[in-house]
Amino acid sequence: MIRAPLVKALGALGSPTHQMASRAVRTSAMVAQTPAKAPEKIEVFVDDIPVQVVPGTTVLQAAAQIGVEIPRFCYHERLAVAGNCRMCLVEVEKSPKPVAACAMPVMKGWRIKTNSDLTRKAREGVMEFLLMNHPLDCPICDQGGECDLQDQAMAFGSDRSRFTDINYTGKRAVEDKDIGPLVKTIMTRCIHCTRCVRFASEIAGVDDLGTTGRGNDMQIGTYVEKLFLTELSGNVIDLCPVGALTNKPYSFVARPWEIRKVSSIDVLDAVGSNIVVSTRTNEVLRILPRENEDVNEEWLADKSRFACDGLKRQRLVAPMVRMPNGELQAVEWEGALIAVAKAVKAAGGQIAGISGQLADLEAQVALKDLLNRLGSEVVATEQGFIAGGTDNRANYLLNSTIAGLEEADAVLLVGTNPRYEAPLVNTRLRKAYVHNELQIASIGPKIDLSYDHENLGADAALVKDVCSGAHAFSKVLEGAKKPAIIIGADLLERADGAAIHATVAEYCKKLKKPNWNPFNVLQTNAAQVGALDVGYKAGAQTAVKAQPKVLFLLNADAGKVTREQLPKDCFVVYIGSHGDNGASIADAVLPGAAYTEKQGIYVNTEGRPQQTLPGVSPPGMAREDWKILRALSEVVGKPLPYDNLDELRNRLEDVAPHLTRLGHLEPAGDAGAAGAISKSIGGGAIDIKLKELRDYFMTDAISRASPTMAKCISAVNKQQRENEAKQSVAI
Amino acid sequence: MCLAVAALPASLHVQRFQSTQAPPPGTPPPQTKTKFGPLADEDRIFTNLYGRHDWRLKGALKRGDWYKTKEIVLKGADWIVNEIKTSGLRGRGGAGFPSGMKWSFMNKPGDGRPKYLVVNADEGEPGTCKDREIMRHDPHKLVEGCLIAGRAMGAQAAYIYIRGEFYNEASNMQLAIAEAYQAGYDFDVFMHRGAGAYICGEETALIESLEGKQGKPRLKPPFPADVGVFDAQPQYQCETVAVHHHWPSGGVGSPASVAPPCTVEEEMSIPLKELIERHCGGVTGGWDNLLGVIPGGSSTPIIPKNVCDDVIMDFDGLIAAQTSLGTAAIIVMDKSTDVIKAIARLISFYKHESCGQCTPCREGIGWMNKIMTRFVKGDAQPAEIDMLWEISKQIEGHTICALGDGAAWPVQGLIRHFRPEIEKRMQLHAKRASN
Repeated sequence: MIRAPLVKALGALGSPTHQMASRAVRTSAMVAQTPAKAPEKIEVFVDDIPVQVVPGTTVLQAAAQIGVEIPRFCYHERLAVAGNCRMCLVEVEKSPKPVAACAMPVMKGWRIKTNSDLTRKAREGVMEFLLMNHPLDCPICDQGGECDLQDQAMAFGSDRSRFTDINYTGKRAVEDKDIGPLVKTIMTRCIHCTRCVRFASEIAGVDDLGTTGRGNDMQIGTYVEKLFLTELSGNVIDLCPVGALTNKPYSFVARPWEIRKVSSIDVLDAVGSNIVVSTRTNEVLRILPRENEDVNEEWLADKSRFACDGLKRQRLVAPMVRMPNGELQAVEWEGALIAVAKAVKAAGGQIAGISGQLADLEAQVALKDLLNRLGSEVVATEQGFIAGGTDNRANYLLNSTIAGLEEADAVLLVGTNPRYEAPLVNTRLRKAYVHNELQIASIGPKIDLSYDHENLGADAALVKDVCSGAHAFSKVLEGAKKPAIIIGADLLERADGAAIHATVAEYCKKLKKPNWNPFNVLQTNAAQVGALDVGYKAGAQTAVKAQPKVLFLLNADAGKVTREQLPKDCFVVYIGSHGDNGASIADAVLPGAAYTEKQGIYVNTEGRPQQTLPGVSPPGMAREDWKILRALSEVVGKPLPYDNLDELRNRLEDVAPHLTRLGHLEPAGDAGAAGAISKSIGGGAIDIKLKELRDYFMTDAISRASPTMAKCISAVNKQQRENEAKQSVAI
Repeated sequence: MCLAVAALPASLHVQRFQSTQAPPPGTPPPQTKTKFGPLADEDRIFTNLYGRHDWRLKGALKRGDWYKTKEIVLKGADWIVNEIKTSGLRGRGGAGFPSGMKWSFMNKPGDGRPKYLVVNADEGEPGTCKDREIMRHDPHKLVEGCLIAGRAMGAQAAYIYIRGEFYNEASNMQLAIAEAYQAGYDFDVFMHRGAGAYICGEETALIESLEGKQGKPRLKPPFPADVGVFDAQPQYQCETVAVHHHWPSGGVGSPASVAPPCTVEEEMSIPLKELIERHCGGVTGGWDNLLGVIPGGSSTPIIPKNVCDDVIMDFDGLIAAQTSLGTAAIIVMDKSTDVIKAIARLISFYKHESCGQCTPCREGIGWMNKIMTRFVKGDAQPAEIDMLWEISKQIEGHTICALGDGAAWPVQGLIRHFRPEIEKRMQLHAKRASN
């Protein structure tokens, strides 16, 4: 399976034999894909227990079927098999040598012995070899306590050392590499399993990591010292079975047994990656991915993992009210709520609300309910969308689903860069590219997606060309078994967004297959789908147009609304966690909770509701957002009818019942706006906000406050300056 | 510093040109001989092993190369494979796999993927220089072999992966190929020069290297016969098999323990002693001055004089002596040799050449090297001898490729036959240290 990209690369070389090989493999791959009859199962014996497995199952998988776990270091189910650590050697009856369980397919009638003398001796031998050059610095190693090598040495290793050469020549030492501000390397600890190398080239699609040197001098590294430039670099920390690659911002911060773990979800993009928040003494220390096959598999993008130090900076810790001298001054909750209530009462229903990218569904519902009670219907999301398109859920969802994209065989990207807008959607596309012969084309600026794709151009008129069936790529889409068109959410904010949307939606009706919806919008904000689901209008301008006397900004920090656009006497209330764009224009600031501090539902880009759980309590006087609104409603005299989260969720169930079934995906129908298409596609060039890696790191209030993200940007800039300097020298 | 070994009863390859009669096709004739060697001159295949004649096309034609090659090729793949089966030819890669069987695997109906013949000419085994002699003095035999083998298995092209250090040999081979093209040869043969890694002589590492990647052995299965170079349905063939038309032989040298080291072509199963005495002028100082022999290139266990006295040079004979035919490159050591140092030098070679991919080889050989370095001085405890034995056993059979085995065997041979020597040195060292 690892060979497919190689063949592609060779095909690109243009040699006739290579092309032949490449074609041949493609054909054979296609042959393999045609649904054959379910192969007959064969029987093997693992520790004398019979197991029925399909042919081609490895020894390790066969053993796993009956719950026998074979130790391993290099093997990882999501990476190509390397078979180099030799820890998984097991005895197979009648085989003179122990076999590598991770790589060896079972044969009929094999008797596998996972606990025989030979097996145990082989493991002990490998363990001894691994520990021979591995430093015994566990007390100062960040991996200590969650280290595969430690655990397996305890379980399978010898109880004493006979490495007499420690008194003569000692152990190997390797210089550490600087691969960026996120991953710390202590290369002496490396056991050369090459998981990181395989992750980089297979999943992340960057061949930055590799091995140099031979034998005992073999080293993992970048060859020439440079950054490990990918938005997925943090995953190599989880993959590393020892302490060679560790979390740099987290280094020497905590021990795994000191921390409390809370299962939550990530909100820094619209993927809704499942995470574990590690906390200690009311402080978020680090964030790790949690497995969810439908969403993030077991990966996590760097921003979601490393921006957590932004949760401790720029925080709003006390309510504030703008004084006549123009300064925001901290006040007690009572004073702040009374000040807001006064303005609300004076507004006489001329009130509007804008929900930003980090708002939770509960707060959104509470804000809408409150405004409705006060006589206003103007609630909108900060990010725009096509007018009149929010009634049909399918219009703004990633209908093919994240996991579904893996099966796609032709994809058109329109005005989106999934690599930086939703890195874990991009890994699915890459997976399909590697294993499913996915053909990808993009309309928009030229970007690096980490896999080969055809850039059709940036002209918006191309959308019409493709969707009319006239373009060459239309043939590819129409001939595909599972075609998909993905539109960037930002693109739909354009004047001709509705026309683009309608054109694509119409075409997708033609491309539709049973159980396959090819129409996709890739959202970038975690709060967007939920807000639209509970009846928010799209676009901050909706609220501005109403020229409200009071404007509520619920986590709205994208800077889409400016003071100039609002009436002079407009009273702006900001509810949110960070002192960012929203708070700076506010007359009253009500400090809210960040996603690690509250239980809140977020709906991801495919429409899957999931909830965060509080790992820590909000700092200072900050409170959960919906509670602030509930308290305000009391002061205003229009109390909201829910006093706790359960009651609020009941209310949510009335509004949108599908959003309370957490983790469950409700399929939407065909996309298509209700109104007639009034405008035609303008023809201006399509642009993308996040073009390069440097654009990726700071996209919301939390990541903008994160020192680690700032370091990432300066590291990327530095690397680019160096590259440019080198190039100018070369010229 | 060299001497040699032969391959197979010479009568067999004569039969190649006769039509098969009698016994069911594909059966080698029963072995009736009881005495082997010396090889008669008219049975020699490599008639220019010493470069005394012209190596170019004209000279090759005189020596019988390209004789009736067209007829052979025209007889078709099945006929060729059957001839090879009947001849009883076994691969000269060290394992002695029957070539006819291997070729018939290759000639399975294709699945659409192209097939390539890959010729392993990365002769890097210390003390072995048989392929080198063939390639520089008799390149047309290999070119012709490529054509016939390629035809037999339906290959699109042949790749010859030649050791990088063999500059002149690669040059001669290239000239020979050019000559063949000019003479109307219609089969593509590509030369690929290695970059000096011993491990690239391992079949799958060679394929990786040929593909432009790091020369690191692949995990098997899939075996290279199923998925080979460029993911083709490939043919992987050892050098010696590609030279099947004529017959290769081993050659070798050692630290000045035989009078004229040389490469010779001899009959399979010739007694070791006869081989050394007939072709190499015997051991310096007489047979009694013999300390031991490494019979198959550096990776095989050493055998002491008492075993050398009557061992015969073939696959089974040497296995019975707890060693192996390997490349049939014989390293002879007389009693002036420091056998511990000799083996330690080999281990340091293997440590240097380990690709570093899998744990037992990467870590284990380094460890053995550390211990062996101390054994040379005697700076160790006698208990470490058993430990070293165990370590070598922990490497052997636990690795991806056979390099680990090749490094473990010399150590095992040393401990098996020269343990008292090691112990003596330790005592000496301890005594010196206490003074």
